[in-house]
Amino acid sequence: MHLSDFQDGLASALLPPPGASAPPPAWLDALLAQPGFAVYRNTVAKGCIDALQANYPAVHTLVGSDWLRAAAHAFVHQHPPTDGRLMGYGAGFADFLEGFGPAADLPYLGAVARLDRCWTEAHLAADAATLQAAWLAQQPPETLALLRLQPHPAARWQWCEDHPAYSLWQRQRDGLAWDANLPWQGEGALLTRPHDAVQWAPLPHAGCALLDACAAGASFEDAATQALQADPAADLSQLVALLLHTGALRTPETPLN
Amino acid sequence: MPHLLTAGLGLKPQHYDEALHCTASGLWWEVHPENYLSGGGPRLAWLEAIRAQHPVSLHGVSLSLAADAPPDAGHLHRLAQLARRIEPALVSEHLAWSAWRGRYHPDLLPFPRTQEALARIAANISTTQDALGRTIAIENPTHYLHIDGHDWSETDFLAELVRRTGCGLLLDVNNVYLSAHNLGACASDYLDAFPVHAITEIHLAGHHADPRLGDVLLIDSHDAPVAEPVWALYERLIARTGPRPTLIERDDAIPPLPELLAERERAHRMLANLEALPCT
Repeated sequence: MHLSDFQDGLASALLPPPGASAPPPAWLDALLAQPGFAVYRNTVAKGCIDALQANYPAVHTLVGSDWLRAAAHAFVHQHPPTDGRLMGYGAGFADFLEGFGPAADLPYLGAVARLDRCWTEAHLAADAATLQAAWLAQQPPETLALLRLQPHPAARWQWCEDHPAYSLWQRQRDGLAWDANLPWQGEGALLTRPHDAVQWAPLPHAGCALLDACAAGASFEDAATQALQADPAADLSQLVALLLHTGALRTPETPLN
Repeated sequence: MPHLLTAGLGLKPQHYDEALHCTASGLWWEVHPENYLSGGGPRLAWLEAIRAQHPVSLHGVSLSLAADAPPDAGHLHRLAQLARRIEPALVSEHLAWSAWRGRYHPDLLPFPRTQEALARIAANISTTQDALGRTIAIENPTHYLHIDGHDWSETDFLAELVRRTGCGLLLDVNNVYLSAHNLGACASDYLDAFPVHAITEIHLAGHHADPRLGDVLLIDSHDAPVAEPVWALYERLIARTGPRPTLIERDDAIPPLPELLAERERAHRMLANLEALPCT
């Protein structure tokens, strides 16, 4: 038998693609009939599910192990890992949860999962020096409007219109109990890694819009306009101070003009 | 300098701070490179801090050398970058596959040891060694299945890979014990046939019986101390090979570091006692 045929057969038995599949050939049946086959099947499933559980700790705390692992099992078969870096596995889990029937009673779960994902991405992102206020102060005032500020590679931000996603997520991460009196309103979150550890802070809607615009390459003037469209009452200087203080921006690699 | 390494331990995140300050003689740490192939951030910083104090070994689990495809170029590039940054004392991978047609199966999967597989795996090892600019060691996996169609015994297959590629071998004694038990073979016969001249590293680990089937099927769970029969095989093995860097693996039910250091001390003493003897 060709090696590739053997691999195709074993792979289809370990992580069956969704949908109907042909009955296994006789040689594969002979493997499936052995008690040892379950060891491989269990190890593959456990490896994927353990990784999702580790990468979505706030979701895990909210729903408990049994629920999380059942959801993860369904996700794994739709979106198996594509490489060995399981520390980053599960990029689409938030989207999956938003379409997952049993999660219909937990409409905020996807938004919380999105913040768990932000943490993973911030944790694994490339290093870069954070933009310092002193650098900004050195720029000629007439050029400030044209500056293209760049988000730090480890900065992640999310605005959630319908749920207090940041408070829900942050309370799980910080080990705090569910707050029954939490005001149910939209919230934004900013995750940064100015040094070793990922940090988080609430970010107003205008701040999320400002960072979205910066990430898209807008000048500061255009980014400020978009921030004010999101919230006409936004205090831009306070927002910039927050972004500098949290390390959300990077020092430009090349002089800006 | 590999010959200065005696017994090492797998490095676990919960032990980072203690690991940094361990001063045991001959101690080294092994990691799965997959856990450090990030763009930057604290994981790499931790590993570099450990590396500044101790030798480090990179023990890959996802290069998928036994797949009928070349190793993923992106993965190989990232691994080479990490190896340049960490300057590991040892680099190893498995005689198994895990990645196939864009999917990663987190396990070390078996294959029929055919002529075709031999040629493919030898080419994959050579590609890897060229990318890293160094030899790697190939580990014997644990077996749970009787597979038809083997042209080669595993020991002869490994010896031929050594001959074709110049690679080293990582002999996992626990895997030998489990595979022999699960497939009804003899662990001592396997070790007697093993090309011991190529061994650059030895692994020891704990196992447990299958929760459903009991002792008839033993699982390579890395969640317990090394079993006494495995220690006995190890003692016999190193009497033949002389001292070789030896890793105690523990990946689940991880106890406090002093417990692992005590187990590691046992292997260290066995190796240190050999140092005093002429080896054949």
